[in-house]
Amino acid sequence: MWTFVHKLSSPPYFYGLAARMAPWFAGAGLLPIGYGTVAGLFFAPPDYQQGDAFRIIYVHVPAAYLSMLAYIVMAATAGIGLIWRMKLAHAVAAAAAPLGAWFTFLALMTGSIWGRPMWGTWWEWGDPRLTSELILLFLYFGYMALRAAIDDPTRADRASAVLALVGAVNVPIIHFSVEWWSSLHQGPTLVREGGPAIEPAMMWPLLAMIFGFSLLFGALLLSRVRTEVLFRERRARWVRKLVYPEETA
Amino acid sequence: MKGAELKLPGLPGGLVAVVRRDLQLAWRRPGDVLNPLFFFAIVSTLFPLAVGPDAEQLAQNGAGVLWMAALLAALLSLNSLFLNDYEDGTLEQMLLSPQPLPLLVLAKSIAHWLVSGLPLVLVSPLIAISFQMPARSTTVMMLTLALGTVSLSLLGSIGAGLTVGLNRGNALLSLLILPLAMPILIFGARTVSLAAAEDAVSAGLYFLGAYCMLALTLAPFATAAALKISNE
Repeated sequence: MWTFVHKLSSPPYFYGLAARMAPWFAGAGLLPIGYGTVAGLFFAPPDYQQGDAFRIIYVHVPAAYLSMLAYIVMAATAGIGLIWRMKLAHAVAAAAAPLGAWFTFLALMTGSIWGRPMWGTWWEWGDPRLTSELILLFLYFGYMALRAAIDDPTRADRASAVLALVGAVNVPIIHFSVEWWSSLHQGPTLVREGGPAIEPAMMWPLLAMIFGFSLLFGALLLSRVRTEVLFRERRARWVRKLVYPEETA
Repeated sequence: MKGAELKLPGLPGGLVAVVRRDLQLAWRRPGDVLNPLFFFAIVSTLFPLAVGPDAEQLAQNGAGVLWMAALLAALLSLNSLFLNDYEDGTLEQMLLSPQPLPLLVLAKSIAHWLVSGLPLVLVSPLIAISFQMPARSTTVMMLTLALGTVSLSLLGSIGAGLTVGLNRGNALLSLLILPLAMPILIFGARTVSLAAAEDAVSAGLYFLGAYCMLALTLAPFATAAALKISNE
């Protein structure tokens, strides 16, 4: 087990492994996304209240889910990097942040497009989840800004890891405090007491989309970590060998 | 030099020494204390000028404006929390000292609150009166501001520790701390509004108190870690 972890944390090994795994993740992710898109847009019945407008959830819900998952991945890998001084973990955290920010932006944008016909407004400050999602976006921005502001890579890794962990402690508090306002947002429909309150023909494409988006996130993360590793190790011999194979041969 | 071994003060002694030193420094450089206070007053003055002198509106939104001004004023003073110590090498001595770093950091946060948070709390009733906010909310407002500014000093010290020595520290610090400070703002401002409407305020006060306790126990450790990283 530990030898595998050690092997995994070696940049050249991980670089090769990620290269082999990323296409699998992408391929496995595109299948459920394809099914979810077709089934969600064409075969799922229209909502009895919202008509066809509800179909945006097939992008909105997976994006919102991943915006939070990416933060968890970022904070967890940052913590691992901080405690065990594992450079690769820091590279994963650095690669997860922009992805998380984009998913957060996607969730906010699709939510806003949906809100226009449904709530009659592009933006509603009274809705707690909208507001906490926006704060999450700012947390990502702060993390990336701190990283960008520090020139020394080791210090950037460790300082931003502290910030990610402080943020992880604060995220539930932020969510709870924002929830203190009255809510306009839809209550939970998938995970709740008494089983899901959603028609199976609507639910399966949604679950497929969540699953597919997660795999796609994995594929994007792997290829981002690859570039990150390549950049960080740009002075290492194995990268030189990779770029100029004929020089050493 | 017989018997010249260094005699260290105990933990409370170390804490008091740092607090006293920072208070003395602030006393000799009053600008550091007064500038955030003036900033607080000026931002609060801008509000009636921007939205108009309508008394009802001022009274209704005063709590939010006061809280925002307090938040920004606290941020303004946070940037210099470790800066002078960093530049003259005191910070390095603190890192090397046998006293636990989180304790020294806590002392610095306490001193920072005494010179920047406490004056805001004391001045806030004057501004509340000028906004014609109901008198019954004044005590609650001072209480929320007291609890909130303590939390801000502690939370902000993490950001100050992370950005110390960076050129672009000032704007960056706001970007790091403001999203994290939002619960304090929400509960602080809403509790004052509830008090003005003669509603129950205990929930908000309990939350602010709990947040303050959490910050008191956890923030010094995060700040100490941040300072160590910044000075590696």
